[in-house]
Amino acid sequence: MSQHMIDRNEGGGEIAVIGALLGVGVLWALTTAARTVDPLMQVHAFIFLAAFVLGGIALGAQVYSGTDANRSDYQFGVVKAGVIATMFWGIAGFLVGVLIASQLAFPNLLYFDNLPWTNFGRLRPLHTSAVIFAFGGNALMATSFYVVQRTSRTRLAGGMWPWFVFWGYQLFIVIAATGYLMGVTQSKEYAEPEWYTDIWLTIVWVSYLLVFLGTIWKRKEPHIYVANWFYLAFIITVAMLHIVNNLAVPVSLTDTKSYSLFSGVQDALTQWWYGHNAVGFFLTAGFLGIMYYFIPKRAERPIYSYRLSIVHFWSLIFIYIWAGPHHLHYTALPEWAQTLGMTFSIMLWMPSWGGMINGLMTLSGAWDKLRTDPVLRMMVVSVAFYGMSTFEGPLMAIRSVNSLSHYTDWTIGHVHSGALGWVGYISFGAVYCLVPWLWNRRGLYSKALVEWHFWISTLGILLYITSMWVSGVMQGLMWRAYNSFGFLEYSFVETVEAMHPYYMIRALGGAMFLTGALIMVYNLWRTARGDVCEKELTPQHTGEDAGVPGGVAAPARMGA
Amino acid sequence: MLNKHAILEKHGWLLSVAILVTVSIGGIVEIAPLFYLESTIEKVEGMRPYSPLELAGRNVYVREGCYLCHSQQIRPLRDEVERYGHYSLAAESMYDHPFQWGSKRTGPDLARVGGKYSDAWHVQHLIDPRSVVPESVMPPYGFLVKNTINLDRLELDLKANRAVGVPYTDEMIEKAASDASVQTDPFSADYDAFLARYPKAQIRDFDGNVDAITEMDALIAYLQVLGTMVDFEKYQPEENYR
Amino acid sequence: MMYETLSQFAQTFGLVLFVVAFALVLIYALNPRNKKSFDEAKRIPLEEEDI
Repeated sequence: MSQHMIDRNEGGGEIAVIGALLGVGVLWALTTAARTVDPLMQVHAFIFLAAFVLGGIALGAQVYSGTDANRSDYQFGVVKAGVIATMFWGIAGFLVGVLIASQLAFPNLLYFDNLPWTNFGRLRPLHTSAVIFAFGGNALMATSFYVVQRTSRTRLAGGMWPWFVFWGYQLFIVIAATGYLMGVTQSKEYAEPEWYTDIWLTIVWVSYLLVFLGTIWKRKEPHIYVANWFYLAFIITVAMLHIVNNLAVPVSLTDTKSYSLFSGVQDALTQWWYGHNAVGFFLTAGFLGIMYYFIPKRAERPIYSYRLSIVHFWSLIFIYIWAGPHHLHYTALPEWAQTLGMTFSIMLWMPSWGGMINGLMTLSGAWDKLRTDPVLRMMVVSVAFYGMSTFEGPLMAIRSVNSLSHYTDWTIGHVHSGALGWVGYISFGAVYCLVPWLWNRRGLYSKALVEWHFWISTLGILLYITSMWVSGVMQGLMWRAYNSFGFLEYSFVETVEAMHPYYMIRALGGAMFLTGALIMVYNLWRTARGDVCEKELTPQHTGEDAGVPGGVAAPARMGA
Repeated sequence: MLNKHAILEKHGWLLSVAILVTVSIGGIVEIAPLFYLESTIEKVEGMRPYSPLELAGRNVYVREGCYLCHSQQIRPLRDEVERYGHYSLAAESMYDHPFQWGSKRTGPDLARVGGKYSDAWHVQHLIDPRSVVPESVMPPYGFLVKNTINLDRLELDLKANRAVGVPYTDEMIEKAASDASVQTDPFSADYDAFLARYPKAQIRDFDGNVDAITEMDALIAYLQVLGTMVDFEKYQPEENYR
Repeated sequence: MMYETLSQFAQTFGLVLFVVAFALVLIYALNPRNKKSFDEAKRIPLEEEDI
């Protein structure tokens, strides 16, 4: 796509293309709904159909009203929508997490004989996808759309395309989620959606890449700011991973079921090449993009070292890709591949900590802000969690450590210190920044509520990861314990029984994290309405100028 | 030369290409050889494609997300080999599209669960796990007894598997539906022909209900074949060092 | 394809290639001549204006 085409698209020519795409979609959905004998496919075809028709109506309304054409101010509408979606899916995902954690703690209460969709096996992918792709994905889309406009000093490229990306992505989430509940899955962890959902996501994702690149192309700033490299690496690499790992042959074009192109050992490595880099690029590179914009912005200081960011960016994206085989230590994967995976995983420690140092040291000379600004503190704690889990990760990738940790809750604890601590907190921090900026408010409704959120969820995270450490190490040790006669000391189910107290603590930790997020939603809602907590009225809130042009309140005003 | 990166920093498409190249190297070097190196998959005797009923059961296993709590990969560690049996070979999952190695053992490994428990135990355990294992945290799967297998669709499953490389013959595909019912009926006329197509397959009514071929039949047929195909008396580990 | 061929290539040319690539990144990042441009770039988020 050239510069010329983008300009033309902004004139409204893109509406015809999106319209045509939706038209093809409607035709496909109608034929599929009519021809399929697979009831699950029929449900999905109708959801697609409804979405495409609604999309067409919205597009038509857009043409009719004529707004939005040829605008040159920032496109913040789609960012607002993204922020709302982030919090909506976040709450949904945390809630399902608390539910499945409770199922393992109280199986007698929370399983039902004839409701297959309430079983752990169906809800677990719902939880992981909701938090990673729905919560995390929307946070990444919203912030990337904001950051790329701001740092390029130009409106998002592609006219209506950003809206297509947003709603297309929500449709992907709905299809994936309803599919999991009905048992539509290809059983590849974090890549469970079936072939047709994957194709839809590919279309949406390529559009996302083009909108992002198009905006960079028409930027009015000589440099591409470092946050955008991370976002770009995230978008490109996820596209590559998604396409390769999901190669499959469907049973028929009207069936939900497909069979992976790869089998056994090759399929395992392809999956964990994907799986680990879903962590590396979705949950790391993308969120580092958030860190590189929001922490400097909130702290009002430039990033600590631009040089470090260059070195750690290229090392990180180069090394991460190799680390997948550490998920397959001591398996039937050839040993050379395991060793390669372990070596690169250990090397990965360095670029990861390069990012951590860069984030933390940005605060140098402004550490006092941590005391007064809970939002900044949240983001800094997030970077600390990032440092901790990227130290723990290489440790767990060492074969001998992995022989103990693998298959246990230690892995679950590790993932959650990254997911709740790093991904959760950096996203919360960014959303706390964005809502006043986008809704044109001078500050958040209540800083005290941010403090409550911070402390409740931090305690929740600590309960979660410590209980999983204990249960993981304990179960690993119990599995390999021998009695004095040289026999295995414990039957498997004795090790399950021993987990019970830790599963209860974990569920409590998760519930606290969810509580914190609910407090956040309330705070954001009041902020968007324009309320200010009366107890917290300060001279700033009542005081002088609200005159921040373009509706974006300078974060400086909210920091204090 | 020293300004190379400056060029990247100023041209979005160049930066994109550089990123794509950088992130492609690892995957190419690590994954591609697995498809070409002869030593990746051991030479064993006894591996055969799943019978249509076993495959249907495997699909139930996938659908219900069993892999989220049960691994199918025994590591060559003393305690695992003593608890579960011979460590898993790459060859044992060569027809698994996708693989079911799993990543978490909330429940025990199932790579060699075949033959360890009776069919009746499996039925009872799947309907009400805590009635046989009081400490279990497994969900109940009683609904499998009510769901029947759509035999006519099995042919398509076999065809799709053949398209991704599983050596199903034309005969196997043609007889997919009848083979599934033959496997639940020890008195059928096709008994021997079926066994010739799927050597050592277990033939009986798995769920105790002779009137219907249910998902319970299929799942138990799958569980009972797990880890039983390879003939370990003929397996020579020394010949497969890699 | 043989395992030995592949590992030999990785341990010779592969190693050299990776070291050279990393050295290039380091040279670029640490080159004092680039400092001014980095200082400009790192201030981008702080010097936002509306359009």
